[in-house]
Amino acid sequence: MQTDTKARVDQLTSPAGHPVAVLRFEGDIASTSKEAVLGTYQGLPKQTTKLVLLDFTKVDYINSSGIALVIQMLIEASNSGQKVYAFGLSAHFTKVFTMVGITKYAGLFPGQAEAMAAL
Amino acid sequence: MSKVKPASVEVRLPSRLGYEKVAMSTAAAVAKLMGFKEERVEDLKTAVAEACINAIEHGNLLNEGLSVGVVLSTADDALEVKVIDDGKGLKKMPIKPNIDRKIHGEEDPRGMGMFLIQALVDEAEWVKGVNGKSSYVRLVIRLDKDSD
Repeated sequence: MQTDTKARVDQLTSPAGHPVAVLRFEGDIASTSKEAVLGTYQGLPKQTTKLVLLDFTKVDYINSSGIALVIQMLIEASNSGQKVYAFGLSAHFTKVFTMVGITKYAGLFPGQAEAMAAL
Repeated sequence: MSKVKPASVEVRLPSRLGYEKVAMSTAAAVAKLMGFKEERVEDLKTAVAEACINAIEHGNLLNEGLSVGVVLSTADDALEVKVIDDGKGLKKMPIKPNIDRKIHGEEDPRGMGMFLIQALVDEAEWVKGVNGKSSYVRLVIRLDKDSD
């Protein structure tokens, strides 16, 4: 019943000249998404990846297990000196991420252009 | 449906993760018929999904031989949702999650479900079943006459 989570990585450069790894997710973010979320993140080279941008544009459903995976990613990023940002969340999931406190550790932007301009 | 006649809708889910989306869709359809705004429908969907996930995982322990009952009851000004499982019910309410403690590894990254349920609906209560079975969570989301 859960839609498989797809993930891919785009390596971009922000207008300020910083390399940004964009993790683009598609499908549900739930308990079955560990490999797509954490596995994809863990595949990024730690030495050169200092800015991580999560693209939720094509994600319709995120449950508490999926939120826990995002928090696990934030823990690893914090321990690796990386900064994480996100864009493309619906108004509802923007509210949910704010409620659980994720916005304290991952800046949210409405779209990719706004996020890249700020990085 | 400007004046909602009381109605009841029941759904029975297998104890398999992912099927909470069936309850979400049903709850959303009923809430829309009642005239809830989209924002409240989204709140309800997440609360119902989390209640069903808890029932599947912690109530029925992922035993696919057991099902989760979802009963939606409409009233003029509110929608009540009961999510029923075959577990013994909550021993105690979990502590409110703390993102700082989670990030610093002092708290399990999981455990947001009940917090979200409580934050997104107007009432939430967890009721232990008699004889250690048929425990349920009861959610109520109200139509705000002024803004809805």
